Amino acid sequence: MLNHSKIVTLILCCSLLFIGSGWAKVSSIKIGFNIPLTGDIPKVGECAKYAAKMLQEKINQQGGLQVGNQRIPLEFVFEDNESKAASATAVALKLITQDRVLAIIGPQSSKQAIPAGEICDSYETPMISPWSTNPQTTQDRPFVFRGCFLDPFQGPVAANFVTKEFKAKRAAVLYDIASDYPKGLAEFFKSAFEKIHGKGSVVSFETFTTKDRDFSAQLTNIIRSNADVLFTPQYYDEVPLIVKQAHDLGWKKPIMGSDSWGSAELMKLCGNDCKGLFFSTHYAAAGAKGKTLEFIQQYQSKYGYVPDDVAALTWDSTRLLLTAITNTNGLTGKQRKDRKAIKDQLAQIKNFEGITGKMTFTPEGDPIKCAVVVKINDQGAFEFYQSVCP
Amino acid sequence: MDTQLFFQNFLNALQWGSFYALIALGYTLVYGVLLLINFAHGDIFMVGAYLGFFFAVVLSGNSLIQLPMWIIFSLTVMLSMIATSFVGVTIERIAYRPLRRKGANRLYVVITALMCGIILENGNLALFGASRRSFPELIEKSIYTFGSISISNIKIMVIATAIIAFIILEIIIRKTRIGMAMRAISYDRVAVPLMGIPVDRIIVFTFVLGSSMAALAGVLFVTAYPVLEPYMGAIIGWKAFIAAVVGGIGEIRGAFVGGFLLGFIEIFVAAFFPSTLRDLIAFSILLVLLSVKPTGLFGISRSTKI
Amino acid sequence: MINLFHAYRYWIIYSIFSFIIVLSAHQEWVNAYIQLVMMFIGINIILSSSLNIINGYMGEFSCGHAGFMAVGAYVTSILNVWLFASDRVFGPAVFSEIWALILFPVTLIIGGLAAAVVGILVAIPSFKTRGDYLAIITLAVNYIIKSAIENIQSIGGARGFMGMRKVVNAMSDVWDIPWMLIFILIFTGLTVWIIWRFVSSTYGKGIIAIREDEISAEIMSVNTRQMKITAFMLSSGLAGIAGGLFAHILGYINPGSFTIMKSTEVMVMVYLGGMGSLSGSVISAVLFTILLELLRPLQVIKWIVIPLMLILLMMFRPEGIMGNREIRDFLPLKRK
Repeated sequence: MLNHSKIVTLILCCSLLFIGSGWAKVSSIKIGFNIPLTGDIPKVGECAKYAAKMLQEKINQQGGLQVGNQRIPLEFVFEDNESKAASATAVALKLITQDRVLAIIGPQSSKQAIPAGEICDSYETPMISPWSTNPQTTQDRPFVFRGCFLDPFQGPVAANFVTKEFKAKRAAVLYDIASDYPKGLAEFFKSAFEKIHGKGSVVSFETFTTKDRDFSAQLTNIIRSNADVLFTPQYYDEVPLIVKQAHDLGWKKPIMGSDSWGSAELMKLCGNDCKGLFFSTHYAAAGAKGKTLEFIQQYQSKYGYVPDDVAALTWDSTRLLLTAITNTNGLTGKQRKDRKAIKDQLAQIKNFEGITGKMTFTPEGDPIKCAVVVKINDQGAFEFYQSVCP
Repeated sequence: MDTQLFFQNFLNALQWGSFYALIALGYTLVYGVLLLINFAHGDIFMVGAYLGFFFAVVLSGNSLIQLPMWIIFSLTVMLSMIATSFVGVTIERIAYRPLRRKGANRLYVVITALMCGIILENGNLALFGASRRSFPELIEKSIYTFGSISISNIKIMVIATAIIAFIILEIIIRKTRIGMAMRAISYDRVAVPLMGIPVDRIIVFTFVLGSSMAALAGVLFVTAYPVLEPYMGAIIGWKAFIAAVVGGIGEIRGAFVGGFLLGFIEIFVAAFFPSTLRDLIAFSILLVLLSVKPTGLFGISRSTKI
Repeated sequence: MINLFHAYRYWIIYSIFSFIIVLSAHQEWVNAYIQLVMMFIGINIILSSSLNIINGYMGEFSCGHAGFMAVGAYVTSILNVWLFASDRVFGPAVFSEIWALILFPVTLIIGGLAAAVVGILVAIPSFKTRGDYLAIITLAVNYIIKSAIENIQSIGGARGFMGMRKVVNAMSDVWDIPWMLIFILIFTGLTVWIIWRFVSSTYGKGIIAIREDEISAEIMSVNTRQMKITAFMLSSGLAGIAGGLFAHILGYINPGSFTIMKSTEVMVMVYLGGMGSLSGSVISAVLFTILLELLRPLQVIKWIVIPLMLILLMMFRPEGIMGNREIRDFLPLKRK
């Protein structure tokens, strides 16, 4: 029957494709990028991709990366993990076993970084997640590192800041219960705040679900609770709505955010309502100096907008990886040995000069870094306000 | 119960429910005539919002014509409704009509509708990139406060528009000939062409009406919540569909009431219970309603002859 | 002897086929990524054929399949991590590693039973309503399950649940062969066999009768209530088993993996293969999974190309790949 044989041939051809593509030769430094190009937060994937591409061009223009006494060109493989945990796992496996990359950068969100990290660790491939702040990503995984500080550090930073700056004694929190980053950070903030001010000082702990647009019921409750400050660790597409609706309902007190606020898009979407608010993050674009300023200018001239923290962290994480590769002083060409060598070098990095701060890795694979509290000034730029170091 | 709190939430719920109501109206219209659940409807809502965004930016941002804001707003709404109707009718022509001609099983058309929706979402993402867009502020926001209840003029406008749109739709359906034809088709598909009524034209008209409702909802939505993203229509579409069914699908009164009902349940559950349980309780209430009244609140149980 | 061989020919062919696959995985002739894709294919076969019972053979419109998958995934994972792995939440393993191997199918079936019980939740409203109203109920059940899991903090809620990889490692410690692949092959074969037997039995004829004309079926003494409950329980139970297997391959589950989008993907596979055709759902599950992975380099365009292909398929061959014929109709193996 015609249909039947067509189907069989199709299946055979597909399987040949698979096997064939796995036999490609390796003649460059191949690094995989496991990023969300479609799905809920495509901007994060786009920023990471652009920053990485910029770095790749810069290094390849010099003839490649210096390893030992030769320069080897860089080859970056970008794969889309669709912001889904299952896809992130599939992409990690594909990059490791099929594309045979030396190391992986990403995924960015903790939701994907945690399962992908497990894969990378069991297959002994070094992985750096530039943006994931959940402790579980690197816990008990010698091959997984991250490029940013953790939520257990960020929560107390925010809590201490609102206490000192706004003399807040009662706090309200509004967060997305269906997403693990806001949920984790909200809980860390709550425990830090209650440690300072006593149990029950977080008078309102309201939630919503991902993709919600109307927060009037929750905000009404928050206003009635007479809190001194509102902490909302949400992404750049929800914050403008939350802030605007809060102002519409009459909230005039301070609002504090977290590093997920730090996107280039925030002010475009939020406008005047966000001026004068604060958030903790990895770096501040306005008022940057030196290498940071150079990076911002280069990115802006190439892609047309000021890079956000994802771009900066991806830049730093990729440079960390490349430094580790250079420090191996020569790759053998045997995958297992090279990956292990890179991971050993990564673990030994001390005082790396990143544009998001100086970094030294703990035995867990987390960098000891300072956080920056940023104020959104009256021109709508992210202005450096305070630095908090561990 | 605190009356002020109750009133504040009541007003919020009216506004939030208006969106569900407008979108549910579109679902019901198409279902009544075609017995088709147009799952692409939520994404037509998204298309309406984006088209409105483009018209608004073009009209308000250029330096050639300077118009007062409220004219720009009305123009945006009308142009968006017309343009979205085009999109809706195109989808009907390309995707649904060939299947209807073939006499394909209804469920296949539903899957096609689902796929069209996905294409719209991802097409938007591919064409216009990953950035969220911000809707320009066309209407001066003024907030009126009574005691501790505050309501903005946008909220009032949304509620008023929804009610007016519903009344207009009721008039069209009950008092005009074409409305009568629409009701006739939903009653008996086979006999209607025998009476000399051009079924295809009525269907196109239905899609025009439905898509315009969705576009209206879209523009109002981004006026109230000015962040646009390609996936904004998906979840709202599914929830509005559930609202339409609970109200009784095929009856526009049912869709209208169902939309508001869902809005009320969501807001009040979030206000008085821990907001984490909102989705859980809201859908459980809807399930209970459906099991008590299996054809929906306003639905007519259709009897089939054996 | 030859008669025995002939009678069980399908089982023998399948066993040889499975043995070759497991051998190629163990000897690493195919890399781990392809093994993962093969495992996903197995899971999708279970999902699409179980949904085919309801949507295809019985003619209902169930859009909540991912919910049952979630129930099975969580129940199996929690049981396994509690009993066989040391974990932050549950403490050290209760049993030793060899038990992990032996009891894994048992916990999987327990997960499936839990999902089957939840399936009754959907079956009971189906007595009174049909068609689009049932679609709503299944949608609502999907949402409710996802929301309920998000609210249970002790198993992680939205942050997800981890630890299944330790269970798989425990199994490999006993004997280092690709156990997950083996289990998936076993359960896929079992699923297809069970559904085949179900459909050929009086139950199968009964649910096809319900699809064609429910009232006439009632009159002809078909016990529609019992049929519906059985069909729903079987369908959701198998989905639960698929969920448990899915959880152990990924090593991490969170409620976000079991939303309406996942249900939609399964529905697409069923309609692609042809409603009421078991071999159709198997073939379409294979093709669809491979297609999804093949088109991954397309990134953003992928989810435009796939729906477009489906729409074209619907237009030119709306009954799906196999219509409602089976692959047996094409193979002239039996001559009576």
